[in-house]
Amino acid sequence: MIIWSSRQLPSFVLMKRFPVPRNFGLNSRSRVEPGRSWPLSGEANRIKTFNIYRYNPDSGRNPTLDRFEVDLDDCGPMVLDALIWIKNKVDPTLAFRFSCREGICGSCAMNIDGTNWLACTRFISETENPTAIYPLPSLRIIKDLVPDLTHLYAQYKAIQPWLHSKTPEPEKERLQSIEERRRLDGYYECILCFCCTSGCPSYWWNGDRFLGPAALLEAWRWLTDSRDEATGERLDRLEEPFRLYGCRTILNCTRTCPKGLNPGKAIAEIKKKVMERRGLGWQE
Amino acid sequence: MRGSTQVKYGPKSPNIQIYRPQLTSVLSIANRISGVVTSVGAVGLVLWLLAAAAGPDTYAFALWLLSFLLGQIGLLIFTFFFFLHLCGGIRHLIWDAVYGFDLSTIYASGWVVVAASVVLTGAAWIVFAVS
Repeated sequence: MIIWSSRQLPSFVLMKRFPVPRNFGLNSRSRVEPGRSWPLSGEANRIKTFNIYRYNPDSGRNPTLDRFEVDLDDCGPMVLDALIWIKNKVDPTLAFRFSCREGICGSCAMNIDGTNWLACTRFISETENPTAIYPLPSLRIIKDLVPDLTHLYAQYKAIQPWLHSKTPEPEKERLQSIEERRRLDGYYECILCFCCTSGCPSYWWNGDRFLGPAALLEAWRWLTDSRDEATGERLDRLEEPFRLYGCRTILNCTRTCPKGLNPGKAIAEIKKKVMERRGLGWQE
Repeated sequence: MRGSTQVKYGPKSPNIQIYRPQLTSVLSIANRISGVVTSVGAVGLVLWLLAAAAGPDTYAFALWLLSFLLGQIGLLIFTFFFFLHLCGGIRHLIWDAVYGFDLSTIYASGWVVVAASVVLTGAAWIVFAVS
């Protein structure tokens, strides 16, 4: 079965999860325990169950998986609508990030039915019953579906995501041809939701050293910018066993990007650029 | 965090325990496992050659060991993983030249790797059986 765009859901599911123990590799405080059930009070025609990861930093207890029932006739079409419905009508302590509710702010990235996506652009009708909702994988959790993004932002900062120029400032703007501008397409649209980075198995095991697909896609966005004049320094910072080469071309990143971008390709472009600089490039 | 506040580290959210297997990740881990199995198989190959070098009796003993069901299954797994690793390696080589990164191409080449490994394994066994 071919997947044509990251938006597409698989037509059949062979395996819901990898055959590893439920709490494989999780320390004693991170193990997910059975949680409480929040059944619907009153009548409803269309009921859908959501199993949601909960963690309360003040309780001193482990995270749990709580079971919520949602009346679909009373709720909007998106997964984010269901979360808001639960927060308004069932449990006001449910914590999650959201802002634009139209897939451009990247706040509501989470793991829905085992894959990372934005809750605001995933239809409830596309999800399984019950739907499993976890925070972005492999990150420190602040509360419920809210992960700590400090390290991810620090890694983004580490690639110096701004224009470096050495030539004197021109009188007007630094100009680009249409062709030069086109090279940024597919890279400048990143909204930093970190679906790709937290969906990358290599990042799960080496996230402390590997920069991850999101930061590296941004790195290529500046490397390929015709106005940027720090290509050498940028490559120097990336050419290191883990920062760049932590990527094993698994390509979960490209599969999961909610904006349909291609972090896997961006990383391959960087690797190729490093080889070309060493004089080992492919002759074209 | 600086200051008097005690930093409380929350739990780590689950990763491989919950992430849905997909062709991308499954073929990646399969490539690694097949690499390990093929390495172990290479040791077996050397043992087989040593047996052949040691004389006809030892070689006959080695063939007798391999003739059991367990030995045959081992050989089948080895040949399949050998071709899986070979095809997966070629796929990675093409990626290193920055070709084939469209999502549909990633999936197509993945299925080609799976199909080619099955076909090549079958072909190799037919060749073995005939010769």
